[in-house]
Amino acid sequence: MDEMFTKSMARNIFYGGSLFFFLLFLALTFDTMGVVPQRDNHENITPTVAAGKMLWEKNNCIGCHTLLGEGAYFAPELGNVYVRFGNSTEAIKGFIKSRPKDGIPGRRSMPQFNFSDEELEQIAQFLKYASEINTAGWPPNKMG
Amino acid sequence: MEYQSQAVAKYYFTAAIGLFVGQILFGLIIGLQYVVGDFLFPEIPFNVARMVHTNLLIVWLLFGFMGASYYLIPEEAERELYSPGLAILMFWIFLVAGALTILGYLLVPYSTLADLTMNDLLPTMGREFLEQPTITKLGIVVVALAFIFNVGMTVLQGRKTVINLVLMIGLIGLAVFFLFSFYNPTNLVQDKFWWWWTVHLWVEGVWELILGAILAFVLIKTTGVDREVIEKWLYIIIAMTLITGIIGTGHHYYWIGTPEYWQWWGSIFSAMEPIPFFMMTVFAFTMVNKRKREHPNKAAVLWALGTGVMAFLGAGVWGFLHTLAPVNYFTHGTQITAAHGHMAFYGAYAMVVLAIISYAMPIIRGRAANSNKAQVMEMWSFWLMTVSITFITLFLTAAGILQTWLQRISETPMTFMATQDQLALFYWMREIAGVVFLIGLIIYIMSFFVGDDEAA
Repeated sequence: MDEMFTKSMARNIFYGGSLFFFLLFLALTFDTMGVVPQRDNHENITPTVAAGKMLWEKNNCIGCHTLLGEGAYFAPELGNVYVRFGNSTEAIKGFIKSRPKDGIPGRRSMPQFNFSDEELEQIAQFLKYASEINTAGWPPNKMG
Repeated sequence: MEYQSQAVAKYYFTAAIGLFVGQILFGLIIGLQYVVGDFLFPEIPFNVARMVHTNLLIVWLLFGFMGASYYLIPEEAERELYSPGLAILMFWIFLVAGALTILGYLLVPYSTLADLTMNDLLPTMGREFLEQPTITKLGIVVVALAFIFNVGMTVLQGRKTVINLVLMIGLIGLAVFFLFSFYNPTNLVQDKFWWWWTVHLWVEGVWELILGAILAFVLIKTTGVDREVIEKWLYIIIAMTLITGIIGTGHHYYWIGTPEYWQWWGSIFSAMEPIPFFMMTVFAFTMVNKRKREHPNKAAVLWALGTGVMAFLGAGVWGFLHTLAPVNYFTHGTQITAAHGHMAFYGAYAMVVLAIISYAMPIIRGRAANSNKAQVMEMWSFWLMTVSITFITLFLTAAGILQTWLQRISETPMTFMATQDQLALFYWMREIAGVVFLIGLIIYIMSFFVGDDEAA
């Protein structure tokens, strides 16, 4: 590189630039934390929903599915599954309950988790809550 | 080797390569499950095998980073490692903890593992890439702190170079941002927001500092170019990394319940994220062109050049491909993301670890470079792995474009599963490319065992 551009200039750009943009990131984060409560559907986080999220995590659902587009890409998006299943928690529960224990020959299949009725309600309520988060219009259609 | 204690890196490099093999085997399993859905079901369901695939990647890269640090920090600091014994102890702790965690994934259902490790006390499991039991996460923190203490003391008591400084900033950043993995609020939007503070600020932030420092070290050693020149490049590259990459986190905040202004911040800044990677490519090639010596280790130079090119393509170009919010609206969470992930991780992080291993291992084993025969094998493995990851990426990109079209753009959108059936051809081709990658990896390992007698 040019002799005019010295190592100490490069160093100062690194420290100054990184610090400036990290502080800007913190400021944006601070602002986001103020705005998010209007969009995150937190008023519907009941104890049932909270238990549903625990179940979601304990069974590593994200290892196959996406949730709001994040996760693995092996199985359908579940951020809008409540909508896709006709705004029905019963349909979600019915699907989870009906998974064959030994899978489907030659095809992908969700494992049978043997959830109790209470657990099924928890996971369904969690997915309903997730579907009501304001995601700026994503996904493009109900297929997810 | 200038300092005896640099030899502890050999443990770390050996473990890294071993875990790399495991990662690829599980990659082949999940690649096959994409087209033969019931393969190994229900014994090893997809989510378990994928978790093993991604976690092994993370762990072997961490082994690689630590090995690289133990090798290069004493040499840069011009003194022995503060405590080689601590480094060996931490190696075994990390290896055993990692192995137990992987065995836990494979031997018991994940929910049982959560119960066994008392996840309820501090629930952190079940989130992508951070699936490790809380106790394992605590173990990682302990190992990371002991490691940073060990190399930090070495730096403090020795010569301070820019490479050591940048590497230390990267390593400390790695430890600090990992702490966000312990924060798991019930509020899904908050959970996702802070999850990225570990995941994004690692791979598109502090890890790039580690990458830059390792690459700069290998280039200084193999090209003999003046340290001043290389350090200036390093500073400006990592400056651009953080200037673009920190706000670039915004490209993950488009559709998770965060405000719409992130679509602007994220698009503009992440559109600039390829710049530091492009500079890295120019950097590597310029230094090699200006080389003051012909280093006998041609393979290491090849890996260093490859890192620049493939990091730019995988992280830079394939990242840019789907980072703009209007594009990402359609591609978010599709095979496009998977395509980018594969080439970016291979090009930026796997390759830089392989570059330092290629440079350092012969020296640790008592020679400046491997025999010509061994180097030729290693270069074959370079091309086999690099070309096959390129094809994996191209096939997944094709799958992703088709998926986006059929499922999200078409006037008669198909369901996810119906769409997947249409992508089978690309998944099969990806799997074949994956097998070629494994062959490349086997040849890579074989290169360590040939031609010792005719060593240069």
